[in-house]
Amino acid sequence: MRRIHRVKSVPLEELKPVKLTYLDWSIMLVYFVFVLGIGVALKRYMKSSTDFFLSGRSLPAWITGLAFISANLGAQEVIGMGASGAKYGIATSHFYWIGAIPAMAFVGVFMMPFYYGSRARSVPEYLKLRFDEKTRGFNAISFAVMTVLSSGISLYAMGLLLEALLGWNFTVSITIAAAVVLVYVFLGGLTSAIYNEVLQFFLIVFGFAPLVFLGLKDAGGWTGLQARLATVATESGFASGAWTESWSHMGSPGSNPMGIEWFGLAMGLGFVLSFGYWCTDFLVVQRAMAAKSMSAARRTPLIAAVPKMFFPFLVILPGMIAIALTYKSGSSGFMLPKKPDGTFEYNMAIPLMLGHYFPTGMLGVGLTALMASFMSGMAGNVTAFNTVWTYDIYQSYINRGASDQHYLWMGRMATIFGILISVAAAYVATRFNNIMDMLQLVFAFVNAPLLATFLLGMFWKRTTGHGAFIGLLAGTIAAAIHQGLTLPVGAHAGVKGGWFGAIHIYPSELAQAFWTAIFAWTACFVVTILVSLATRPRDEKELVGLVYSLTERPKEDRLPWYQRPAVLAVIVLLAAIVLNIIFW
Amino acid sequence: MQLDIRLPIGLMFAVLGALLLVFGLIGDKSGFQRSLGINVNLWWGLVMLVFGVVMFLLGRRGTATARLTEESPEGKKIEEMEHRTGLEK
Repeated sequence: MRRIHRVKSVPLEELKPVKLTYLDWSIMLVYFVFVLGIGVALKRYMKSSTDFFLSGRSLPAWITGLAFISANLGAQEVIGMGASGAKYGIATSHFYWIGAIPAMAFVGVFMMPFYYGSRARSVPEYLKLRFDEKTRGFNAISFAVMTVLSSGISLYAMGLLLEALLGWNFTVSITIAAAVVLVYVFLGGLTSAIYNEVLQFFLIVFGFAPLVFLGLKDAGGWTGLQARLATVATESGFASGAWTESWSHMGSPGSNPMGIEWFGLAMGLGFVLSFGYWCTDFLVVQRAMAAKSMSAARRTPLIAAVPKMFFPFLVILPGMIAIALTYKSGSSGFMLPKKPDGTFEYNMAIPLMLGHYFPTGMLGVGLTALMASFMSGMAGNVTAFNTVWTYDIYQSYINRGASDQHYLWMGRMATIFGILISVAAAYVATRFNNIMDMLQLVFAFVNAPLLATFLLGMFWKRTTGHGAFIGLLAGTIAAAIHQGLTLPVGAHAGVKGGWFGAIHIYPSELAQAFWTAIFAWTACFVVTILVSLATRPRDEKELVGLVYSLTERPKEDRLPWYQRPAVLAVIVLLAAIVLNIIFW
Repeated sequence: MQLDIRLPIGLMFAVLGALLLVFGLIGDKSGFQRSLGINVNLWWGLVMLVFGVVMFLLGRRGTATARLTEESPEGKKIEEMEHRTGLEK
């Protein structure tokens, strides 16, 4: 819901760029030296294509685990979650405590045995082994296009942000970021991307933690923050706890700033979108595939779940602090600026706080952390792209049976043109913002039904290739039709939907997105079952290792309890429940 | 022995931490108005330095490394699969 805020604030254009000193520049330089140095140091170890695309399947679980969340820490995470923290308050934690942790536990315990055990080298390749060529082709091509363009979109976001905050030239900042990612992925492949993701993970934690501390201190601690956020809530027309209680106001869409009720939230976000992303997106699954053993692969998402669960305190809390201080100023006078249309510039919440609270020195660390988050997200996209391109498109349809060295070379070439396309996409986005919105919408249509295909494929041996393929198409079409028949409140027909005429108005864009996902999943689920029943099933012998009921359970009784996936899954789920209750 | 990831991480945080710590001690103090009067460079630099040194020392034991495909059992299985299915020469 778009509200014009009555609170006074400065327009964004009047803010002066943050000034950096030689100390901040040296800190950034040190970071760049290490990031590139890792790539150079690993170059010698890239001897085969498996080294380059899968790190030789040799990494310990804690490394792949930290890379697992770091690759997902793109622009969406730090900037988007900070913005949502300001917009929706603590309810943003739903993206973590029900929108990530349960899915991460599920992929580790139930799905990883098939991804890792089948020796598939990518998610599309699993689809080829389980179903058929056309299902793999559909997934590989849509995924490849999607990752390259998403990395372009995040480059674009980074360029805009650095321009607004520091007055840096758009072209210079995106060229440098793209060149650095290019060099370290080109040289050291997935290992280099993963090593840097772990480094970036720690940098992001160290760069943002003092911000939360200073912001909270300025707002008068947690109790002071609660009191200020009560003002925010009541002035926006909600109950006083709407920004500090995550579940209490989810009874109906009208009573919380997210504009969604508990059912749409739990099914749309908690089930379809979250499981769809964490369980089927090769960007994250690739990290687990690089692990050195089955049990390490299964522990990867479970280890990742631990820091993931506490990320709301690092990225959402600053957004909440920013909006609280804007309504009721603290001693240091921090405020969120306004856009020309009178709404707040939510996306600038975290970057502006960095500029406001950090003195030179710490400022360098904070800005480096911000850049690190963009670069780790981009490297994640690039490594997923070069693998899917080389294995699932080039090796499968263009040049089969070449030498291993040839595929290694192709992986490096794919890294180069993947990044070039991303940069081009970032420029296109500066001219035609709507094209990017449109593309993201199309991606959402293609992605939403995937989960149903994987669940049926892994847990119902009767599912057939024709069923999977037609189900995926049906789900994608269902998503497009649903979007075409609905609109979020206050929007006009166009990118936001409603192009067939709006027969239902949702209280918010989030509500519309969640319900689109629910419709797509259901259509794919039902159609896949119906078509599968009407087509010839595959011989059960061919499905050993690919389907739950035909595969031996991985043995874990020799492992100590803290290495057993099932035990770890129960622990992270209980911890997530406790966090939900604390902030109920 | 290959590159243990904790070595570069430890080294980088030690360098950054030391930089902050030194400038927290001898640098201009007027900037700390922004950080509510707290010398964040000094304190956080110290934390980063300690973290960096600990990581570096752990890395010296050298167990957290990537290995070549031909040296890791799981990597070898992938190679075998690729040859068996005719995906590469």
